[in-house]
Amino acid sequence: MGSGVPPYKETGIITVEELKRLGLMPPEERLARGPVAIPECPEEIPCNICVVSCPQHAISIEGIKGLPRIDWDKCVGCGVCVAKCPGLAIFVVDLSKPGEYAYVTVPHEFLPAPKVGDVVDLLSREGKVVGKGEVVKAWETNKTWVVTVRVPKELAMEVRGIWVRK
Amino acid sequence: MPGTPPLKDRRIWEHPILTFKRGRRVKFYFNGNIVEGYEGESIAAALYAARYDVFSRSPYKGRARGAFCMIGKCSSCFAIVDGVPNTRTCVEPIREGVKVEFQEGLAEIPSATGGLEGKDEEVIEGVDVLVIGGGPAGLAAAIAAAKHGLSVLIVNEHFKLGGQLIKQTHKFFGSKDLFGGLRGFQVAEELENKVRSMRNVRVLLQATAYGFFRDGWVGVAGKDRLYRVKPRFVIAAPGAAERHLAFPGNDLPGVMGAGGAQTLMNEYGILPGDEVLVVGSGNVGVIVSYQLLQAGAKVKGIVEILPYIGAWFVHAAKIRRYGVKVYTRHTIKEVWGKDRVEGATIVRVDEHFKPVPGSETDIPCDLVLIAVGLTPDTRLLAQAGAVVTWVPELGGLVPIRTKYLETSVPGLFIAGDASGIEEATTAMIEGEIAGLSAVVRAGADDAGNAAERREALLKFLWDEYRASPVVARAKAGKLKVTVSEDEMERIRVSNPPPVRFGS
Ligand SMILES: Cc1cc2nc3c(=O)[nH]c(=O)nc-3n(C[C@H](O)[C@H](O)[C@H](O)COP(=O)(O)OP(=O)(O)OC[C@H]3O[C@@H](n4cnc5c(N)ncnc54)[C@H](O)[C@@H]3O)c2cc1C
Ligand code: SF4
Ligand code: SF4
Ligand code: FES
Repeated sequence: MGSGVPPYKETGIITVEELKRLGLMPPEERLARGPVAIPECPEEIPCNICVVSCPQHAISIEGIKGLPRIDWDKCVGCGVCVAKCPGLAIFVVDLSKPGEYAYVTVPHEFLPAPKVGDVVDLLSREGKVVGKGEVVKAWETNKTWVVTVRVPKELAMEVRGIWVRK
Repeated sequence: MPGTPPLKDRRIWEHPILTFKRGRRVKFYFNGNIVEGYEGESIAAALYAARYDVFSRSPYKGRARGAFCMIGKCSSCFAIVDGVPNTRTCVEPIREGVKVEFQEGLAEIPSATGGLEGKDEEVIEGVDVLVIGGGPAGLAAAIAAAKHGLSVLIVNEHFKLGGQLIKQTHKFFGSKDLFGGLRGFQVAEELENKVRSMRNVRVLLQATAYGFFRDGWVGVAGKDRLYRVKPRFVIAAPGAAERHLAFPGNDLPGVMGAGGAQTLMNEYGILPGDEVLVVGSGNVGVIVSYQLLQAGAKVKGIVEILPYIGAWFVHAAKIRRYGVKVYTRHTIKEVWGKDRVEGATIVRVDEHFKPVPGSETDIPCDLVLIAVGLTPDTRLLAQAGAVVTWVPELGGLVPIRTKYLETSVPGLFIAGDASGIEEATTAMIEGEIAGLSAVVRAGADDAGNAAERREALLKFLWDEYRASPVVARAKAGKLKVTVSEDEMERIRVSNPPPVRFGS
């Protein structure tokens, strides 16, 4: 392709390296400390819903079209922005728990509605089923479910969706 | 003539976002067969739900015709309704006992008993602003004008207000004061409630503005009468029509506009197909794919001729996550089926967009959605004598305008998709600017405040919203057709407007 079109425009999939390069990925030590939001929103789109939705005022955007910048120290990983982001582009990752599991929080807008205890398919950014995980928390606002699933630690940066089987 | 009774109906009963409030059951006839629908559905929607795909045959070659745009813009859904041929069944609500008949080619001219007699006419004079179109642009314009005390008449071709917003189930971008974060249909509800609460706004539904006449009269065709309107100002916001592509089989029922499919599934709760191929990976194609998944359909893929996905990344990521494949560097070669799509052949293209022989893939599907962009509906504006020009970035012919959205016809303003394709957020901003422009020009009491608000909106629109790189193309287009007041005066000298408003 050349001409400066980033690879994620060709595939619809963004890599962790790209997120790091754009400064959208929290630093390792912050990830190890507790749940934190990751905005996978790499283009300067005219949107700033996350800024006004965060109760901690942790997100800022220059004007209406900059990239969302999260103050990693202010973010408490509550997931409110996950529910509010119209792009369904924000995820919360918690790598702080000892043991082999991490917790990933994703938005979900499909039937059946997820329930705590459900074992669901874990989907990667390209829709591959990469494993199964248990729903540990699920709440809804304006029909968007915010679902936290338990996943093997090595999948924490891969799982970005779930599928609840009927 | 397809007379076979339908199988299972196509209505959706469970949806993750929408609750379909269906009206009471209504029985009507299609070729003498009883069809059941729900009050509030259009004839085309109810027939489609009952699995009738073909409503007429073309005069030339007798090709099957059915639903395509579902918003009254393409004439694909013609049928004979209570004796009246060439009725656009997609904008005709069902009524108890209405007789719909299949139209075989050109129809006979209806007799006087066909229901056309006895149309009376109402003359509406003294209204300050006539708003043509009740989508986000028209509604925002009406609210802005009425807020400042002007009397407003909204005429809307569709039998519901809200335009394209009523079928948008996803949450809108933008900022909170621009309804960002709300779902499209929720924005429509808010605008409609606001308009309905204003006593100086009158709304005519199923009322089509059909032409401008000498001395500033505007003709409006209503359901059971004609209106002759003489407004001080006109704000035209009739929206856009979907574009089509040329390929063999592109007229088969089951090839549909993406917006048409959205209308069926999100407005009426009718599944447009079970297995779908989407052509075009812009925002519309990608959003409609996501909505199809939500409605329970299977999306077999999205075909995109360019080497990259056109939609905003966040929209694209949403469908990729659920495994929808995007065939970049591919185009549609043909669609096959008998009276309904049964499958499509796609083909890879080289760097000159030429199909690569031998790279075809067959994809069985029953629905092919065309999502290759919209084209502004400027027919009425051109008829009024507004100078229009071809701007590819804006989707086609658009009127030249000042930054206050006045066309070369004085007192005739434009807003929304009809002024060049952008989105609902900008449609609402433009609508408000156009409404405020009428207020300023009318010299209303607080015209000063209106002018101030208008400047603030212009600043936001041009310097902030349109500064985003993802809307750069549309911005460039709008820049091309926005001229200074002086320049507009010169245009008016060389192209004298046949009518004038604003006196
Ligand atoms: C799939 C899809 C997704 C979209 N997503 C977004 C999004 O995320 N964010 C966003 O901001 N925008 C989005 N949009 C775009 C947005 O919906 C349109 O840009 C917006 O609706 C345009 O508003 P409008 O008022 O100009 O026209 P419309 O909404 O098209 O309204 C026009 C109205 O005018 C009426 N009309 C037409 N001709 C006449 C006539 N002669 N007389 C009387 N009435 C007439 C019609 O019946 C209609 O009700 C999306 C569009 C689609 C199709
Ligand atoms: S997770 Fe909560 S605290 Fe962190 S950015 Fe989102 S809304 Fe703010
Ligand atoms: S709300 Fe979502 S889409 Fe909008 S800027 Fe924030 S992260 Fe991006
Ligand atoms: S006019 Fe009815 S489907 Fe296009």
